[in-house]
Amino acid sequence: MKNPFEIATGTVVSGKWHKNSYRIIKRLGHGANGTVFLADSKGKKVALKMSREARIITSETNVLKSFAKAQGKRPLGPSLFDVDDWEHQGQVIPFYVMEYIEGDTLFHFLERRGRTWLPVLILQLLEDLAALHKMGWVFGDLKPENMIVTPPPHRIRCIDVGGATKISRAIKEYTEFFDRGYWGLGTRKAEPSYDLFAVAMVIINCYYPGRFQKKEGGLNQLNHMIRKHLELKKYAEILNKAITGKYQRATEMRHDVLLFIQNKAFLANKSSYNRYQTQKKIRSKKRKQIWSVLETIFILTVIGFLYFAYFLEKMM
Amino acid sequence: MKTGTVRQILLITDGCSNYGEDPQVVAAFAKEQGITVNVIGVMQNDIIDERARDEIEGIATQGGGISQIVYTEVLSQTVQMVTRQAMTQTLQGIVNQELKQILNKDITIEELPPEQRGEIMEVVDELNETVDLEVVILVDTSASMTKKLPTVKEALLDLSLSLSARAGNNQFSLLVFPGKKKHVEKLLDWSPRLDTIPDVFAKLIPGGMTPTGPALQEAIQYFHEKRSFFGLLKRSDDSYHEESV
Repeated sequence: MKNPFEIATGTVVSGKWHKNSYRIIKRLGHGANGTVFLADSKGKKVALKMSREARIITSETNVLKSFAKAQGKRPLGPSLFDVDDWEHQGQVIPFYVMEYIEGDTLFHFLERRGRTWLPVLILQLLEDLAALHKMGWVFGDLKPENMIVTPPPHRIRCIDVGGATKISRAIKEYTEFFDRGYWGLGTRKAEPSYDLFAVAMVIINCYYPGRFQKKEGGLNQLNHMIRKHLELKKYAEILNKAITGKYQRATEMRHDVLLFIQNKAFLANKSSYNRYQTQKKIRSKKRKQIWSVLETIFILTVIGFLYFAYFLEKMM
Repeated sequence: MKTGTVRQILLITDGCSNYGEDPQVVAAFAKEQGITVNVIGVMQNDIIDERARDEIEGIATQGGGISQIVYTEVLSQTVQMVTRQAMTQTLQGIVNQELKQILNKDITIEELPPEQRGEIMEVVDELNETVDLEVVILVDTSASMTKKLPTVKEALLDLSLSLSARAGNNQFSLLVFPGKKKHVEKLLDWSPRLDTIPDVFAKLIPGGMTPTGPALQEAIQYFHEKRSFFGLLKRSDDSYHEESV
């Protein structure tokens, strides 16, 4: 129904209000809400999003503006540069220009570098979500397709803010697999726990890239799928707390993920650590034995000497 | 601005009407009375016939609403999306009218500079969250729909879940057509949630006729009945009436 915008490479998009121009390099993606292009702005790469509906451009730029106020040093979403209208072939096309976040999508990255990276990325994500929640926003539509891992230093960023909703309002946009309402495990009210449910589903999705359909009994099915995968099973406790809404804050979940990583590191090193401990014990035991022998000899010598002295005295 | 009520009819069908008045005329009539008509066309084996498509789009256009033709699998997401989008559209129409009055010229949100547009959008968002909503859901239960009814039921539960997350009040009622004796049969009277959809829904015996026009007519009537009933309880009844979108 909604066709992507077909705009040739090299086309210059110029704004009606702010008079900035952008040269289109290529199309990056297309979704239900619009088309995103890579563009050049005075030698700098930027991402430019167009939509047939001004409403979408306006509400997304509103979100990006609030995000900018909210976050400061580590923004989860892209920074906003410009909002304008492009008059093109008698049509007015609303667009906005944002930071181009370069990198691999979460799945590509994990495929390339291994799933050992996942817990670290989740820690980063949870820290950023905590900051976002603190400022009164919920991300809403969290899913791996919208997550980019930047080149070193690797960091997770989210590129589509269409679902971002002010806390306690109704979630604006969601994807069924990541939506707790779909699984019958909660409301669609924007609460931090809504995002944390989605984070758990992102982790699950990393082990079941094809996702799966809901059957009767959402919770049982999810728990079953978690336990069925050996690697995923290790996260069972954290995932279960997140999908049943036990975490009220991102920091609580982050704390558990942190413990999880530390425990894993401890377990991995436990065997070599043990060997070292035993060697130390053996060595110190030997030392103790030598001392006790010397001690006995010393005492016996002293007693012998005293006895000898007593004997001599008696003889005289 | 006072928070009023948004009134919608949501028609879920898979084909053409073949009895009674032209549904497009009825839809236009609904619009005149401040009721938006949205239509969801459910596809049969990946195809929908050309005439049905035209009728579905026509009803929504005349009714000032939105239409979508979808596969049964994505029904849930579509139903809630269409309802919410139509709400936004209605509210934006009202804000546009207010703007015209304030600025005393023919101007729409889109013609303002992006910064002001952002501020107005915040108002629309706020209204979306707080406005009261009344939806008459009208489900086609003619023979070809039989297999799809369980999915339709699920989609309606999902709609209720989405809308109940808002701060504003919701009132739903559920009508099916054709009914046993009449064109339309009422399955659920005005209620704030849809989780009480009776199991009857899955056991309906589909009829042969598709009286879409008369069914729409009844749905409009249904709003009036509610109004006169509640009119006894509360005097003011602000409804959002949208002139143009």
